[in-house]
Amino acid sequence: MTTISQPDNAVIAGMSESARSRAPRRVRGLSDRAIAWLFVAPTIALLLAINIFPLIWMIRLSFTSLNLSMSYLPLRFVGLDNFTDILGDEDVWFRLQTTAQFVIWSVTLQVIIGFGLALLINRQFRGHSFWTTIILLPMMLSPAVVGNFWTLLLQPQIGPFNYLISLFTGVPPSSFSMTGQVSLAPWTIVLVDTWMWAPYVMLICLAGLRSIPDYIYEAAEVDRASAWRQFWSITLPMTVPFLMLAVLFRAIENFKMFDMVNLLTSGGPGSTTELVSITLKRAAFEKWRTGYSSALAIILFVTVFGAANIYVKALNKVKQR
Amino acid sequence: MRTFNWLRSSAATTVLGTALLGIFGGGEAAAQGKQLTLCWAAWDPANALVELGKDFTKQSGIEMKYEFVPWTSYADRFLNELNSHGKLCDLIIGDSQWIGGAAENKWYVKLNDFFDKEKISMDDFVPATVVGYSQWPKNSPNYWALPAMADAVGWTYRKDWFSRPDIQSAFKAKFGRDLAPPKTYDELKQIAAFFQGREIDGKKVYGAYIFTERGSEGITMGVTNVLYNYGFSYDNPKKPYQMQGIVNSSDAAKGLEYYKELYKCCTAPGMTNAYMQEGLDAFKSGQVAMQMNWFAFFPGLYKDPNVGGDKIGFFVNPAGPNGRFTQLGGQGISVVATSDRKDDALAYIKWFAQPTVQQKWWQLGGYSALKAVVDAPDFPKSAAFAPQFLESMGIVKDFWAEPSYAQLLLDMQKRVHDYVVADKGTAQQALDLLVKDWTKVFKEQGKQVASQ
Repeated sequence: MTTISQPDNAVIAGMSESARSRAPRRVRGLSDRAIAWLFVAPTIALLLAINIFPLIWMIRLSFTSLNLSMSYLPLRFVGLDNFTDILGDEDVWFRLQTTAQFVIWSVTLQVIIGFGLALLINRQFRGHSFWTTIILLPMMLSPAVVGNFWTLLLQPQIGPFNYLISLFTGVPPSSFSMTGQVSLAPWTIVLVDTWMWAPYVMLICLAGLRSIPDYIYEAAEVDRASAWRQFWSITLPMTVPFLMLAVLFRAIENFKMFDMVNLLTSGGPGSTTELVSITLKRAAFEKWRTGYSSALAIILFVTVFGAANIYVKALNKVKQR
Repeated sequence: MRTFNWLRSSAATTVLGTALLGIFGGGEAAAQGKQLTLCWAAWDPANALVELGKDFTKQSGIEMKYEFVPWTSYADRFLNELNSHGKLCDLIIGDSQWIGGAAENKWYVKLNDFFDKEKISMDDFVPATVVGYSQWPKNSPNYWALPAMADAVGWTYRKDWFSRPDIQSAFKAKFGRDLAPPKTYDELKQIAAFFQGREIDGKKVYGAYIFTERGSEGITMGVTNVLYNYGFSYDNPKKPYQMQGIVNSSDAAKGLEYYKELYKCCTAPGMTNAYMQEGLDAFKSGQVAMQMNWFAFFPGLYKDPNVGGDKIGFFVNPAGPNGRFTQLGGQGISVVATSDRKDDALAYIKWFAQPTVQQKWWQLGGYSALKAVVDAPDFPKSAAFAPQFLESMGIVKDFWAEPSYAQLLLDMQKRVHDYVVADKGTAQQALDLLVKDWTKVFKEQGKQVASQ
């Protein structure tokens, strides 16, 4: 890098008069490095203030007994008690199990439907742009809006969803409640999440499909490969990295899922759809168990971070193949 | 080169300037006149309070600003505000269960000296509201709030349906007695089952609406109305915090079983997560014959053009095998300790405590707790629901008001909802687990919990 803020004296001596007269002005200016720091500094400061510092503070709190609703009690250092409490709590394991089931089912369905939609949209047909826009609409909505209007759609007495099911099955519409029955509620949250996010997977897959050069298909045509063979040997292998990326994004997002499920079922009936993020929110901001919830947040963070890292390594291996 | 230097200097100046503006330019000019912010829930009585507050502004010159939050996020929002020592609220109408935490954490200003100075006597207020909304520790002369909004759970019913000859005769033929507002929970279930699925004016109707909400406090505020009357208590009156055999007594388990039976047999489909608003909607749309809800909503229901007036009737929470009680609601008004305008806030409380203001409060749709208002001879005739309100306020019981109330409440929400709505385990198991949860909470709080 060229340094112009501290010029060498010998160089200055050799400069022309006019150049020398400009030198002091150049010294007064800031170096490239300083300017770079000046621009980056606010972002770094912000990152430290709202991300790094709270993270460190949270780690500290996770070893304490802090309960904000009883902040008059002396703060006690409890070592690993919060962590052992959480890991020994049957309820937390149930919530993790519920979350894992939600993640696996919703991501699987989203990948299948998203990929299928991408294959359809990748073809040229009349009204292509219109249908693409329609399919993308759900993912553009806010989860709060989605949660509220699905609550209405799924209402057993006035919601059209039950009437639609009734039309096909003959079951009376008000005889079942999608969000209120233990057997249906977990599938309901999977259904709504899939409706909202399958288009997102479709977009990623579409990018993958469009990145496959036409000449590969042309060569396959020359070799008289069937459509199924082309799909199996060209399309699928070449979109796998994109699919894996979509799985990574959606799995991380769904592991943290809170808003939509909270609006749809509040974790109910009972605790049937209580994802671990809802447990965390209740512990932190309703029960005010700050120490305990900090420990739970760390456990979740480490889980997601660890799983994501393993997955990214696998993704890189697939890419290298 | 000159341009380059100029660019650098400009960039530096801009960045520094922006930073300086951020540091020094963020503040706004101080408020022009005197102003108080009052925090409460967003519901019908809050509108009445806004109307009432205009008189205070007229008299004192202090502008009133209101921060009303929907019930579902009311506790989250304001407890967070109090926890973080925020300055949003000068006055707060906080829920009765907050009083322990607010007192222990010094979120509220203690009002004893102020009451003495202004000659405001707590003897002038309905005793249950003083204990429920103002005192901490309970039944001690330590006051943290002025009873502001008396409330309890009551019931509404479709008087027009109950009085129809065809329905009357069908009921008498089936049960051998006249159809009338229930006095016991057995009668209530009988009536609810009678109406369940019946066609009235070509429309299918349902028996009863009860609270089942999972997220905040709904199902607990509903089920306790039955539990109290079946013999449930929070702890042993002689041994505080001794819950084993009290909370999970066989009588309490029977009460919980009853609530589940009522939910299964006689409520409208889809009422798996329903609280105040869903009840109002169900009743106003002519869907249910009887509705459990807070008295605070009854003035609005009485005025409803479709189901109000002659069509609506009210009754007190029915008795169970072991007594007749009802769940206390309502709130007291407190001065927030972090407020910069404590004197003005106290002036508001002084004004609000006046009998004339309390009388107007009741007339506008609020519920006064002042004896001079509710014990006045013409009070029972002042509203269709006034006699039931008065009777209910004499039989109220409240949930824990400990600093750890939120944990205790959420534990109960979970255990009861798991059993009633999600069909998990038995009533006895649900209450046994509740005792376990509550014992853990109290032990964390440093309380001695006797097992027997």
